[in-house]
Amino acid sequence: MSSEWPLFEVFIRSKNGLEHRHVGSLHAADDTMALENARDVYTRRQEGVSIWVVESRHIKASNPEAAGELFEPAMDKIYRHPTFYELPIELKHI
Amino acid sequence: MKEQLYSYLLMLGDNSMILAHRLSELCGHGPSLETDIALTNISLDLFGQVRNFFQYAAELKGGDCTEDNIAYLRTEREYYNCILVEQANTDFAHVIARQFFFDQFQYLQLKQLEKSSDETIAAIAAKSIKETRYHLRFSSEWMRRLGAGTEESHIKTQAAVDRLYPFVDELFTASAIEKALSDAGIAMDPGTVKAEYEQETKTVLEEASLILPDAAPRFAQGKQGMHTEQLGYILSEFQYMQRAYPNMEW
Repeated sequence: MSSEWPLFEVFIRSKNGLEHRHVGSLHAADDTMALENARDVYTRRQEGVSIWVVESRHIKASNPEAAGELFEPAMDKIYRHPTFYELPIELKHI
Repeated sequence: MKEQLYSYLLMLGDNSMILAHRLSELCGHGPSLETDIALTNISLDLFGQVRNFFQYAAELKGGDCTEDNIAYLRTEREYYNCILVEQANTDFAHVIARQFFFDQFQYLQLKQLEKSSDETIAAIAAKSIKETRYHLRFSSEWMRRLGAGTEESHIKTQAAVDRLYPFVDELFTASAIEKALSDAGIAMDPGTVKAEYEQETKTVLEEASLILPDAAPRFAQGKQGMHTEQLGYILSEFQYMQRAYPNMEW
């Protein structure tokens, strides 16, 4: 049955204030079913407070072969990292 | 009254327990990984509800009575679940239709029991209804999908409805215990939610392009401990470990 169903990517927000994170994928006949399946497959251990699902074919992915031109130019530009600031301890998740 | 309350808790627990066992039989055999997990989740939710009912029952009974004795060590005629929940898994359409007919009832029942004058029952109902609301959402969604799906899924689901709906009538036939305890404000008189049940059920079935059968209700007295042969098979598997190795623990 599931071999005929399209693949969906699942994103879960673990608690309010945090971003949704990709947790995995699953099969479903449509987005309604995908949401229910995501609830059953990925939130059994209190993993989340919000779920997003999107059909995998809607995701445009970068080509691994293009990694050179996409990512390497950033490698020698350490001045772009905000490592010279001191952050208060209360600031988390940054 | 205490004796009646004890029996009532057994009835509530047995419905969930036998259905949970039926669903547990599907663990690893669901039609897809996702539905397999969903059905097993529902089974575990139901077992959780059973524990609450039986722990309370054991407390009422006193002595060395425990939730496990109640669950495992009764004879067939001492189980008071309705006939609907012991029906076989047969195919996915039967699993879903059985679940839907029960969830709709259980949802209305828990909604009433939240207002029970017995505080423990009210608390268990308030906790359980969130789970049951999800079960109902899951099973009614699948009724619509299967009923209004392909020609084959429609035929199979209609067949499941035709076979299982006649057992629904039993849910609404109040037992002597339900009558007595509902007069005391503890239990639900199931007759009071029958109209709402029929309305809700009809709405989902219409959306699913399914029809309710004309067939007369099946004679069913599960609440009185009279069961179909199905329960014997269930119990022989369900009780095997405790009967073979008394007092064994995991």
